[in-house]
Amino acid sequence: MTALDWIGLLALGFAGGMTGGLLGVGGAILFVPALVVFADESQLGAEASSLLAIVLVSVVGTWRQRVYGNVRLGDGLVIGLLSPLGVLAGVALANAVSERALELSFAAVQLYFAGQLARKVVFRRNARSASFQRSGDPPNPDRGP
Amino acid sequence: MSARLPRLGVIATAAGAFAGLFGVGGGTIMVPLLVLWFGYSQREATATSLAAIAVIGSLGAAAQAAYGNVDVWHALLVAVPGMAGVLAGTAVQQRLSERAVAVAFIVLLLGSAAVLIL
Repeated sequence: MTALDWIGLLALGFAGGMTGGLLGVGGAILFVPALVVFADESQLGAEASSLLAIVLVSVVGTWRQRVYGNVRLGDGLVIGLLSPLGVLAGVALANAVSERALELSFAAVQLYFAGQLARKVVFRRNARSASFQRSGDPPNPDRGP
Repeated sequence: MSARLPRLGVIATAAGAFAGLFGVGGGTIMVPLLVLWFGYSQREATATSLAAIAVIGSLGAAAQAAYGNVDVWHALLVAVPGMAGVLAGTAVQQRLSERAVAVAFIVLLLGSAAVLIL
């Protein structure tokens, strides 16, 4: 590997981890192209290897967020353990619906979420949000025991 | 509380389907649903999403390793800077307002949707 390859891997690896820590996503969107472009890995190999990288990065991130008191570990573990149901559902969907329809459907879901988050978190102007901004601690009506 | 498990199951199914179909992106489904449906703060949602991703990634990596597709050295090439990045990202997040984290996440959602549409 050339110096440029090392720089690319370091930069995209760091950026992927940064995105994970900041926004709670895995970082594969940067890890996979980094491995394909700078480590000469196949797309399949890069996706497989990036899964292991995601585990290492998300474990460190979860540990750190736990120190900050932000992790609800029980809910996270339940979602993780039930996710194979979704993989099966995804396979069934992929066989029933065209790829383009799936892409547009998921894009629509993400745009809907973006609008709802903007409405709920960014643009709300009421007493609750005002007090939440002062305290830095959002109201959470659904917080379990 | 009784309705909690089915709702978590729905989030897991949606995230798993998205990740399974597109290889990436379970977090873009989990975080908004945890905020909008469970009333999580943006920070709690991103942190809990990371915990779920650790489990989802472990299951996926184990399955891929069984087929001999995982290259540990290549994984470390991005994981080592990635671990430094996630430490920096979580530290920065604690210094941002909830609203700023939400705005950054909305930008991510818009970018992800644009990639899917284009």
